[in-house]
Amino acid sequence: MRLVARGLGVRHASRRAWALTGVDLVVEPGERLLLTGASGAGKSTLLAALAGILEAEGTEVTGELTVDGGPPRAARGRLGLLAQDPDSQLVMTRAGDDVAFGLENAGLPPEVIWPRVDEALAAVGFPYGRDRATQALSGGEKQRLVLAGALARRPGLLLLDEPTAQLDPDGAALVRTAVARATPGRTATVVVVDHDAEPWLPLVDRVVEVTPDGLVQHGPGWRPLPRTAGLRLPPGPDGTVLLAAQAAGFTYRGSSAPALSPSTTALRGGRVLAVTGRNGTGKSTLALLLAGLRAPTSGRVTASADLTGAVRTGSDEPHRWRAGELVSRIGTVFQHPEQQFLTGRLRDELAVGPLRSGRQAAAARATADELLERLGLSAFADANPYTLSGGQQRRLSVATALATSPQVLVLDEPTFGQDAATWRELVTLLAEQRAQGRAVAVVTHDADLVEVLADHRLALGPP
Amino acid sequence: MADQAVRPSSVDAGYGNPVRWRTVDIVVTAVLGVAFGVVFWGWNLFAEVASTPLDFFPPIKGLLNGVFLMPGVVAGLLVRRPGAAIFASTLAAAVSLLLGSPYGGIIVVYGLVQGAGAELGFLLTRYRTFGWATAILAAVTAGLSTSILDLSLYYPVSGEYPLWAFTLPYTLATVLSSVLLAGVVGMLLVRAMARTGALSSFAAGRTRV
Amino acid sequence: MTASLSLGPVPDARLGRINPVAQLTAMIVVTLVLLTSLDVVTPAVVVAAELCLLPAAGLTDLRDLWRRTWPLVLGATSVGLVNVLLSDDATVVTGVGLGLRVVGLALPGVLLVASTDPVRLADALTIHWRLSTRFAFGALAALRLVPLLVAEFESVRLARRTRGVEAGRNPVAQARLVGGIAFTLLVGAVRRGSRLATAMDARGFDSGIRRSNARGSRLHPRDAGFVAGAVLVCAVAVTSSVLSGAWAPIFVG
Repeated sequence: MRLVARGLGVRHASRRAWALTGVDLVVEPGERLLLTGASGAGKSTLLAALAGILEAEGTEVTGELTVDGGPPRAARGRLGLLAQDPDSQLVMTRAGDDVAFGLENAGLPPEVIWPRVDEALAAVGFPYGRDRATQALSGGEKQRLVLAGALARRPGLLLLDEPTAQLDPDGAALVRTAVARATPGRTATVVVVDHDAEPWLPLVDRVVEVTPDGLVQHGPGWRPLPRTAGLRLPPGPDGTVLLAAQAAGFTYRGSSAPALSPSTTALRGGRVLAVTGRNGTGKSTLALLLAGLRAPTSGRVTASADLTGAVRTGSDEPHRWRAGELVSRIGTVFQHPEQQFLTGRLRDELAVGPLRSGRQAAAARATADELLERLGLSAFADANPYTLSGGQQRRLSVATALATSPQVLVLDEPTFGQDAATWRELVTLLAEQRAQGRAVAVVTHDADLVEVLADHRLALGPP
Repeated sequence: MADQAVRPSSVDAGYGNPVRWRTVDIVVTAVLGVAFGVVFWGWNLFAEVASTPLDFFPPIKGLLNGVFLMPGVVAGLLVRRPGAAIFASTLAAAVSLLLGSPYGGIIVVYGLVQGAGAELGFLLTRYRTFGWATAILAAVTAGLSTSILDLSLYYPVSGEYPLWAFTLPYTLATVLSSVLLAGVVGMLLVRAMARTGALSSFAAGRTRV
Repeated sequence: MTASLSLGPVPDARLGRINPVAQLTAMIVVTLVLLTSLDVVTPAVVVAAELCLLPAAGLTDLRDLWRRTWPLVLGATSVGLVNVLLSDDATVVTGVGLGLRVVGLALPGVLLVASTDPVRLADALTIHWRLSTRFAFGALAALRLVPLLVAEFESVRLARRTRGVEAGRNPVAQARLVGGIAFTLLVGAVRRGSRLATAMDARGFDSGIRRSNARGSRLHPRDAGFVAGAVLVCAVAVTSSVLSGAWAPIFVG
């Protein structure tokens, strides 16, 4: 299908600023295009416009946008879409039924549907049968299944919206391989949106970057600047051990297999520990133990006397501390920042931790304002945390952890889905914490992060 | 139902037609129904136990009813489609049945009637305004609907359940509980959700920032 | 928490071969009979029959059975106890009867969830009972979010501890904590639901074309037999109740 945009502008119903202005773009039938650019530049808005799924009410659209000469909504019957979140794209409980969903919607009879389902599952290299429960699939496998569901409808236009942003490197590679092997005949026009351009370059014909000043066409042979380029990070001072795990392991109640096999490690002030390993090795579980959120079922996690200070129970095991004591000693940032938000305003959000750890209201407010200023979020002081962009939410959740000046920071996949600019901001922020003598533990799949920041590494194997 | 209204998509087939349900309306109403179904399931167990100590003044048991009226009012305020209250309320009851309801299948009839009660409130304002007045009105009609069903099934006016000593106080307690929980708490819930930006697909979540 | 729904169907349960609409019809019959009887014999017979169906629903592992039914057992026990302790004219037998009645009313739901893939339920409801396909499959999509929410409940609770929020033993603080977690989960579910709706439309759910069904849903003689069996059990229950002199019908409730 042929896509043509002329002077396209889009403004969302809930925003005063225009998400896109003056976009001119032509994509020829069968072409494979990568749209890249920083978060918030409008890539996803452009994709939604092409897919004809912009909110009808309240959204202002100027200029012209056609798919095969007609409005995008009219072409939706020939559209295939693969979005970010693997968990909000599957409808049915079994793999085969889910691929059939789109064909049922087209009103096809069962005898046509099932051969097409099998064909699509084979095309994406789906390793299980039709009866496989979708709940039992990994993120990468789910995304392959969604792709199969789109391909079964024989789309003329395949739109991929950051399809690997929520996957680990193995899962991401699976999805890219599936896209490559499933679209060999050039029967479909393919548009990929991703801020991380590099891995898609072998697959696409052309790269267009969406910038605040408009579209920039990149020629063949273009490579994005490595996000680590020119990054100078301050080292940390030599500190003592603040928190240590001694053969700490964890098994969920009622489960026979351990989630984390006994692991030994230490967090030192002024040092960054990177915990790596494939999915299912218990990285995140180790983070929960170090953060004092769960008690190890074998071994111990103990804090030094410096870190423990005067806690009420007198225990050196963080999971025995009260939550108010924990926040001023160990700060934790989860993989999904929105799970940690408690209030309806950024300023209040940053004041929660200090208040809970027993500080006065005025002091808490001063801390909050100072952090907002430092992280460049002052303009959003009264905004609801949920309304921030992904990168801003991440910075906010790091800031909430810093608000109580804990000596130890534990972060689970802090760079997940971040574009190059926010990645650098975040890495710099963490290095600053290290320079101030804090101990930092990051659980991560991100090889660049380990490369530039880690002083020590702990590679977990299968439990 | 809304199936008849379905026609091939075009740009104007969006919010313009207030009767036509978009997929997002259906799914989010169903999400509310499922979520309140889980709440119902917990409340069923609690209310069943809590109602016996209230035997000293039986009409006061009406105060326990407000929770069951929340999905209808909340869905109506949030989705703003004719039928949203009935769909969410019935689905909530059905989900609580699947989870194991001590009332058995009759709870689905309750879900339907309570949803229809809330729906009446929205119908009376012709689905045009969705402010505090509408929320309270829908809560009142929802409360009345469940009172009428309860009173006709379980407590028909008689020597045992006299009009002045039982019927009226029971109705009053139910409506009061409905206004507080379904109307006031329901409205606050919708507003709190709107502030998180989660309702950007809905008119209820729309203010330019 | 909501174990039953998040655990989903047991693979290859024999009861799953009974069409969901037949199971629902049987459920209606049982509900009508139990709601109109207030004795101990009727629910005892019905519950006994329902327990016989547990193996057919694949609920043979005691631990699995407990995870699906503990809230129900808890509810039934407390209903029985509270009535015996607090009501003036209730004897132990009445209490046991009321408890059994709760179990008898609730078990069919547990059996249906354990034996039936929700997709088959939606198929059966849209094909045999002519429910709107858009609404049935929309509801199905929402139902699929439940296991995710159950999984997230725990991580949101831990996330609150990282912010210095925990309830301790104070019941008011506990209620506030659970309320806060529920709100976070609800907001997440609504967002997910909106994205899911977009994904469904991208696969033509909104196209206006009459939807076909790839799996179909057939009614067999065994389905009629199942409903007849439910009627028979209820008849036996009422008859033995009348014969034993325990029969105490009420209008409803």
